[in-house]
Amino acid sequence: MIPEVVQRIPLQYYIFFASALFVIGIVGVLTRRNAIIIFMSVELMLNAVNLLLIAFSTYRSDPNGQVFVFFIMAVAAAEVAVGLAIIVMIYRNVRSVDIGLLNKLKW
Amino acid sequence: MQNQILYVWYLLTAVTILAALLVVLAKNPIHSVLSLVVTFFCLSAHYVLLNAQFLAVVNIIVYAGAIMVLFLFVIMFLNLREYTEETKSNFAKLGAAVVGGVTLVAIIAALKKVQYPMPMRYDVRTGFVETLGEVLFRDYLLPFELVTVLFFVAMVGAVMLGKREKGERHF
Repeated sequence: MIPEVVQRIPLQYYIFFASALFVIGIVGVLTRRNAIIIFMSVELMLNAVNLLLIAFSTYRSDPNGQVFVFFIMAVAAAEVAVGLAIIVMIYRNVRSVDIGLLNKLKW
Repeated sequence: MQNQILYVWYLLTAVTILAALLVVLAKNPIHSVLSLVVTFFCLSAHYVLLNAQFLAVVNIIVYAGAIMVLFLFVIMFLNLREYTEETKSNFAKLGAAVVGGVTLVAIIAALKKVQYPMPMRYDVRTGFVETLGEVLFRDYLLPFELVTVLFFVAMVGAVMLGKREKGERHF
C-alpha cells in the first residue's frame, strides 16, 4: 500500500517547503552576527536538503537517497564538533563570537 | 476523515516554518537553539509521514540529541545569554531579505511546472531499516568505513582546537 502522504500531497509541496527552509537558513546566515546562530542557520539549510532527499527517495521508491541522508547526517555531526571547537577557540582569543570583530581575513 | 492527513501535513509544515523563522529572529541564542530543536522534531515527524522510520529515529538521536546538546552546551559554556547588540545595519538586513526572497521565487518558478512521474513498481519498505541496511552494507560499504576515518579526524581536530595553548589568555 502506497503511503497516504505520497498519494495526497504532490511532490511540489515538498520542494516549496524545503526551499522555504533553505531560504530561511540563507537569510539567517546573511543577517545575524552571532557565529553560533550563523552555524545553526547552516544546520537548517542542511536539514532542508535532507528533507528534499527523503521526499524524492520516498516518492521514487529508491533507498539510495536515504543512504545519502544518512551520510549527510554523519558529516554534519563531525562538522559541528569541529566548528564549535573553532568557535570556542575564537571566544577564548577575542572574548566574543561576533563575526564583525573577526575582520582580519578581510581583503 | 479523508482529509485528515492533509490537515496533519499542513499543521506540521506551518509549525516547522514558524520554528525555523524563530531560529533566525530570536534575540536570545538559547531561544534559537530550542526552536531549532522544535524544527528538528517536526522534520522527524515529516520523515515518519514519508515512511522513513529509520531516518526519523536517526534524526532525533543525532540532530535533536547530540548536535543540539552540543550547541546548548557551548552557549551555556560561553555564557552568551545576555545578548549583545546586533551590529548589522538595517541596509544589510534589507539586502539579505531581498536576496532570500529572490532565491525563493526563483526556485519555485523554476520547479513549479515540472512533472514527477511515479515509478512503475512502488516498494513501501523503502525507508525501513532492512532495506537501508542492505543498500548501505552492499553498495556503500567503502563510504561507510570512510565515515569512521572522518569521525576520527574530526575528534582529533576538535581536541587539538580545544586544547589550551601556552601563553594564551585564560578564561
